[in-house]
Amino acid sequence: MTNLEPAVEATAADTAEPPAEASGDAPVRSGWRMLLPTMTPWLATGLVLIVGITLFGLIGPFLVGDPDQIRDMGLTGPSAEFPLGTTQIGQDVLAQLAYATRGSLEIGFLVGVLATILSCFFGIYGAYRGRFVDEAFSLLSNVFLVIPGLPLVIVISGFVPRESRGLWTIAVVLAVTSWAASARVLRAQTLSVRNRDYVAASQVSGERPWRVITVEILPNLLPVIASQFVFAVIAAILGEAGLAFIGLGASNSSTLGTMLFYAQNGFALPLGAWWWFVPPGLMIALFGMGLSIVNFSIDEIINPKLKNVRLHRRQARRAARRERRLARSSRGAAGGVPEPEVSDR
Amino acid sequence: MSYFLRKLGFYAVALWAALTLNFAIPRMLPGNPVDILLAKLQQRGGTVSQETREAYALLLGGGDSGPLWQQYIDYFKNLLHGDLGVSVSYYPAQVSDVIGQSIPWTVVLVGLSTIIAAVLGVSLGAFAGWKPGTWLDSLVPATTLLAAVPYFWLALILTYLLARVLGWFPMQGGYDVVLDPGWNAEFIGSAIQYGFLPALTIVLASIGGWLLGMRNMMVSTLSEDYILTAEAKGLSPRKILRSYASRNAVLPSVAGFAISLGFVVSGSVITEQVFSYPGLGGRLLGAVQNNDYALMQGVFLFITLAVLGANLVVDLLYGIIDPRTRARS
Repeated sequence: MTNLEPAVEATAADTAEPPAEASGDAPVRSGWRMLLPTMTPWLATGLVLIVGITLFGLIGPFLVGDPDQIRDMGLTGPSAEFPLGTTQIGQDVLAQLAYATRGSLEIGFLVGVLATILSCFFGIYGAYRGRFVDEAFSLLSNVFLVIPGLPLVIVISGFVPRESRGLWTIAVVLAVTSWAASARVLRAQTLSVRNRDYVAASQVSGERPWRVITVEILPNLLPVIASQFVFAVIAAILGEAGLAFIGLGASNSSTLGTMLFYAQNGFALPLGAWWWFVPPGLMIALFGMGLSIVNFSIDEIINPKLKNVRLHRRQARRAARRERRLARSSRGAAGGVPEPEVSDR
Repeated sequence: MSYFLRKLGFYAVALWAALTLNFAIPRMLPGNPVDILLAKLQQRGGTVSQETREAYALLLGGGDSGPLWQQYIDYFKNLLHGDLGVSVSYYPAQVSDVIGQSIPWTVVLVGLSTIIAAVLGVSLGAFAGWKPGTWLDSLVPATTLLAAVPYFWLALILTYLLARVLGWFPMQGGYDVVLDPGWNAEFIGSAIQYGFLPALTIVLASIGGWLLGMRNMMVSTLSEDYILTAEAKGLSPRKILRSYASRNAVLPSVAGFAISLGFVVSGSVITEQVFSYPGLGGRLLGAVQNNDYALMQGVFLFITLAVLGANLVVDLLYGIIDPRTRARS
């Protein structure tokens, strides 16, 4: 019967909490806590992945050697000296990976910020103004949504001469082609917030539109914006990797996509040099996975229904376990022959 | 009826926007594409007459053929005639002919694998949502990994494992080059064998989104009252799953087809490059590498047209499946 104790403790803690919060400035903190996701094993995994890869990108380049140094040992597999082997002209793959991760994170963050600003403008401002502006902005974002992004990016980058194709050019091109989906999400959310009483109250009291948007509406949308930002970062890293892989990336930067580009052009695949082309893609996939897991947790804040689903499921699981254990112990007490456990499941 | 008119109107605007983008991009960006093209043409032994120059200038700007609005009108006139210029990298072939040759490859590959991914993903998602907590449901987080994997990297990995290590499939190409393209069993068999890996890549990379969306909608649909009513009436669980839950849960997936199709097309462009597949994506990238601007624009226009067309069809179908959308507009 020991398993009943935690549940009892939890309920006791629940009832004990409100009085403690009532004293002092606790309510403010609990308000902010509502905006933070609950820590679950999944969220922890996601955060570990993100923090780990970010640290690798930030600190890694200081710890590894020169990524461009050419050695007389082309295409050797992983060894003690080079944990991830060497490229076909003897460059250290691990060193390249560290620098490339930094490059990819940079562009992902940059595009994420730019795209979020664009989508906030078109989504929130349009929905707030309503009528013609709203119609025009939402038409614009719908049009951008149906025009396939990557072919457009490829065409734009194809027209820009190689010399003037810098980091910022690529970032702007990626941002311009990727804001539409989140603008639509933000528009829908803004429409629902805009008609609430306190927004109307602040409008009536003569607040200027920008103040109403930033002070009254924006805080309600923060979780949505955060989730859209995370999506934008994933999309940007993937998009940049695709562009760089076909040789259209920024000419002065090294990213995970450029690494894959050189691996493909250095015949890593036919030569079987898996240590050259597996790590960059895996890095992108793991980082993207970490971000999407974090996004699931943000979703729980936006849509509290999901949180209830998780809590209910956990309760159901706990109840089932308890029942099973009860049944087993009662059987043991009766002294009957214990049935095989399989029947329980 | 006004729903359909609205949709048609929207896609007309989207088409116009795409055409205008195509017109504006080369004129807004630095560089002089016309000169590069003409230089290439001369290298290939083409004669550069005043007419070719004007034709390119109309497509790409930089010429002296009148004011901008005049160029704009002429550009639309040329498009209406289906005249997209001469391809430099396939000289002397017309751009429209080059595109025409590669369309079937892409349409079959991308179309088939999108349909397979959608059907598989939606039905798996329906089952995962129907019984939360089963082994299928625990697979759902793994699909986020698949969704974050770059298409082309997945293609590289699959090629490495299935083609190089195991040797089951050819590494590159769209068909056995010994054979002549034609409608015979041998050629089609070879095309299927060569197309399997690219198709597998697209299916694997895009199935996660369908699965996740369907599962989440299924979970929220199951808490609706009409499901409870159906259960209370004593309907069999299979009937409830098929006629009550899935039918309603699948609607957002159908409505989201536009966004996913855009992603699939974008992903397949680069996937085709990995496999040297003779489709539109490969042509687009070849055109970019060879500075073949005319072909580049032509392919972009065509991809956009195809995506817009597919979306229009899906949207119109959606209006028929879900009467609420018609009532709302």
